[in-house]
Amino acid sequence: MATPTKSSTDEFIKGLWKDNPVFVQVLGMCPVLAVSNTAMNALAMGLATAFVLVMSNIVVSSLRSFIPKQVRIATYILIIATFVTVVDYVIQAISLDLYKALGAFISLIVVNCLILGRAEAFASKNTVARSVMDGLGMGVGFAFALFCLGAVREILGNGTLFEAALFHDSFQNWVVMILPSGGFFSLAAWLLLFNWLEQRKAKKDEKATLALSEEAAQ
Amino acid sequence: MTEESLWSIFINASLVNNFVLAYFLGICPFLGVSSKLDTATRMGGAVMFVMLVSSVCAFGIQALLVAIHAPYLKLISFIAVIASTVQLVEMFIKKVSPALFRTLGIFLPLITTNCAILGLALFQTNKGYGFVQSIVYALGAGAGFTLALVLMAGLREKLELAEVPDVTKGAAMAVMLAGLLSVTFMGFGGLGG
Repeated sequence: MATPTKSSTDEFIKGLWKDNPVFVQVLGMCPVLAVSNTAMNALAMGLATAFVLVMSNIVVSSLRSFIPKQVRIATYILIIATFVTVVDYVIQAISLDLYKALGAFISLIVVNCLILGRAEAFASKNTVARSVMDGLGMGVGFAFALFCLGAVREILGNGTLFEAALFHDSFQNWVVMILPSGGFFSLAAWLLLFNWLEQRKAKKDEKATLALSEEAAQ
Repeated sequence: MTEESLWSIFINASLVNNFVLAYFLGICPFLGVSSKLDTATRMGGAVMFVMLVSSVCAFGIQALLVAIHAPYLKLISFIAVIASTVQLVEMFIKKVSPALFRTLGIFLPLITTNCAILGLALFQTNKGYGFVQSIVYALGAGAGFTLALVLMAGLREKLELAEVPDVTKGAAMAVMLAGLLSVTFMGFGGLGG
């Protein structure tokens, strides 16, 4: 839980990188893998999830003193399901192609553990303003991660980005990246990258503290 | 109602379009409880059971919603009814068979938020399956989930003894394994006809 000294900007920033929902917390994996076969799908899914996350955070945090403890999970799920239904119909109205590409995964935003997790861990204990910032940060972080994954898969698997060709005709598409297994592989690669960065930072910190203590000893 | 034969529904749901490895449903429990073979088997059994129950429920709800012309309530009623049915079933099992309850144990409530369950309910209505077809679909999906979970657990138990680089420890390794399994399952393509 956040300490009161943290500003709301910090709540926003933490979701982007340090506590990135996908790469660091490994939450909400199902849509991440399923709809990240092109950058466009990934971005649309990320934005839809971000919208539901922010809206449900607002409602949960403004109702937090009225919801009885015993039925809070059921209440959260109903609130989330309402907004997901809204998103479902909105996407259907805006672009039928996108709706077909995302399929049942729009409805499945309901069971994305990220959203329920933020409602339970953050929005139910914090003010509306802070919850909005938290929802925005986590949502944008989620969309960013999805986009990273989708871009890699589309570039390698299809040779395009947002349907614009990137390579010369002689480029051989890595078909496996578009297939389900490609989702697992590219996610694994991103996780490796994050782990590696994390470890490098930890080592640097260690060295810095070691140097400090040596200086102090002298 | 579609014309698909029951056998092809079963094969399609369990092997060709495996819920975990092709549709990416239920990834959280797949990564979470797949470190021991024993728990993986039990989790698989519990999921299969809940899938059967919720498939029957979803069929009923869909028929009701069509009758009262309220398709926009589908999602909300599915999730509410599935969650409460799982709770009811849990209480019922606890009363009738404490031994079974201990076996399924903590997994039952966890399963409620498993996206494979809701996914199954949504897919079967989208595909327009009839009552018997829905049940076979649920059985197939459950069997496929169990198979994937058990295979994964076996791999991870072996991996415990192997030495891997530090960076690949944890989630990254599990995801990579899942990718390899997924490639293997692609070999079943075309089997369901």
